[in-house]
Amino acid sequence: MAGTLFDTVWDTHAVRHLPNGHTQLYVGLHLVHEVTSPQAFDMLRARGWTVRAPHRTFATVDHIVPTRQQSRPFGDVMAETMATALEQNCRAYDIPLFDLPSGQQGIVHVVGPELGLTQPGMTIACGDSHTSTHGAFGALAFGIGTSQVRDVLASQCVALPRLAVRRIDIDGTLPPGVTAKDVILTIIRRLGVDGGNGYAYEYGGDVIDRMSMDERMTVCNMSIEGGARMGYVNPDATTVEFLRGRPYAPQGADFDAAATRWLALASGPDASYADRVRIDGSALAPTVTWGINPGQSVAIDEPLPDPAALRGADAVSVTEALGYMRLPAGHVMAGTPIQVAFIGSCTNGRLSDLRNAAAVVRGQRVAPQVRAIVVPGSQQVRAAAEAEGLDAVFRDAGFEWRGAGCSMCLAMNDDRLHGDEMCAASSNRNFKGRQGSPTGRTLLMSPAMVAAAAVAGEVVDIRRWTR
Amino acid sequence: MTASASSRAHVTGRLLVLPGADIDTDRIMPARFLKAITFAGLEQHVFADDRAAARAAGLVHPFDVPAHAGASILVAGPNFGCGSSREHAPQALLRWGIQAVVAPSFAEIFAGNATTIGLICAGIPPEAFAAIAADASGAWHLDLDALTLSRGAQHLPLQLPESRRHALRSGEWDATGLLLDRYDEVMRVDARLPYFFTASRNA
Ligand code: SF4
Repeated sequence: MAGTLFDTVWDTHAVRHLPNGHTQLYVGLHLVHEVTSPQAFDMLRARGWTVRAPHRTFATVDHIVPTRQQSRPFGDVMAETMATALEQNCRAYDIPLFDLPSGQQGIVHVVGPELGLTQPGMTIACGDSHTSTHGAFGALAFGIGTSQVRDVLASQCVALPRLAVRRIDIDGTLPPGVTAKDVILTIIRRLGVDGGNGYAYEYGGDVIDRMSMDERMTVCNMSIEGGARMGYVNPDATTVEFLRGRPYAPQGADFDAAATRWLALASGPDASYADRVRIDGSALAPTVTWGINPGQSVAIDEPLPDPAALRGADAVSVTEALGYMRLPAGHVMAGTPIQVAFIGSCTNGRLSDLRNAAAVVRGQRVAPQVRAIVVPGSQQVRAAAEAEGLDAVFRDAGFEWRGAGCSMCLAMNDDRLHGDEMCAASSNRNFKGRQGSPTGRTLLMSPAMVAAAAVAGEVVDIRRWTR
Repeated sequence: MTASASSRAHVTGRLLVLPGADIDTDRIMPARFLKAITFAGLEQHVFADDRAAARAAGLVHPFDVPAHAGASILVAGPNFGCGSSREHAPQALLRWGIQAVVAPSFAEIFAGNATTIGLICAGIPPEAFAAIAADASGAWHLDLDALTLSRGAQHLPLQLPESRRHALRSGEWDATGLLLDRYDEVMRVDARLPYFFTASRNA
């Protein structure tokens, strides 16, 4: 039986079978950021170890950076301390750092692909759960905790249990207004927030095949929200063309040789999977979350569940979510008022996302009661957007145009919700308190839907957006 | 002596029951408390927002129930620890005094992180979970050798992937030593990788 890309890449990087049943897996690319690494470097020093492969290690600063006023020292003392710690560690161990002056700084999962560091067939680890994003290139990319960051720094390896592979086919053609974000929100809703536990998700089918790399990254990014530590798409011509000419990708004849090798990694038509799921993409609708985990979503015109019609644990969790969100059972999300709109994050903070949002707001005004911000995923995304005038489109409409970073996705900088504000967000998590206010409320949706909501002052069915 | 020298197979103490499914790591440790370069003191902030919300509603969060002070086994709902990979979450629980979490299921990264720092994550079947929810009082003993959670003559079954169980029982839950062992094998893998990206790293 033929193997999958997962099998091929896993076996290429497997060092040995550990006595505890885990595989010692070699990490080809280690990405580092300021939040989950300082303790790992401390542990490394305390044990007298060093960084084993600095040439496979790259760092950037993303979570804590202010996106409005970026001069140093940062106004927030702890943010400054964390940035300084990363800078010192990178200097001490000769790790390249994409910092603010570099012009290449940004969210780690945006920076890796755009620089061409992320390539098919790699194993990629980072102390961040959305490392699954890099799977869009046909890499095995997974989030790790700080102790494992220490492990990778010290040994360039992690101990991991082998995963089963679930093939998810999205067939057909997406209707107008339905995006990659709607696809992954639907997958998470159907399979559950813990449905991917123990699995790597392999995404395929007509819809995925036709997607751009940006869209594939959106899908793979949120694999972890469905419990799958990794999600990937087999490399194809789209993958190869994206990587051509990127600074860290091979060049010239090396690139052609690499491309041939990359394409050969793809799971064959007779590959065997632990299980398979098929979703008809033609039947999807614009989707928005209404609850407190990314699996609690509905089509924009579909009534919210009624706990009275549910039983047991489902009734309990729906009641809790409706209570926190202050939404009634049976409510339809279109028309729900919002106070904040956030466009950005590693899910939907890339150039194509900003283009899609700008197309909606061009010539419009943000509703007076709405605070709206655009946070590009990286400095390069920001520069590219400015080169085509998107910053002016957003500014003219009343959006704030910010520096690159994670920003209001998790509110470790000064961008946050206040009180129980309702926020239309293009990010990936709607957990209680996620956006910095313990009672703040997050509605996840596509960037175009966020843009439309900002203008309308309420959640909009993008299919009916006619201004 | 490295931390990996000690087995983590037995915990004796009181239970702390935390109801609800899909408790994410943002709730266990809200992001604002990640603004630090050490894990010290995180235990003060465990479930900070949920506890404040309970207080505001005139309720007492399980972590604030006086009788739970000193509890060593946390019993939680399914998919515990989903979301962010922040190790701050299991670190905070461990530093608070929790030595084992028992739940119907765990998010994968959380269970991995917990195991790596010697915090036990043990699965429990739904019926046993219901039995505990009904009455969790008294002293309990969690035993990874027998895979049971017991109180007196009452023995509830636990489930654990063999790899995690082995790591905790053998004291090899901190894997770095293992990974650095036989490093020539690692170098052989390094040598055979068909990678190209370092070619222009100074581009
Ligand atoms: S944008 Fe959000 S999800 Fe992505 S890395 Fe930053 S904080 Fe994490």
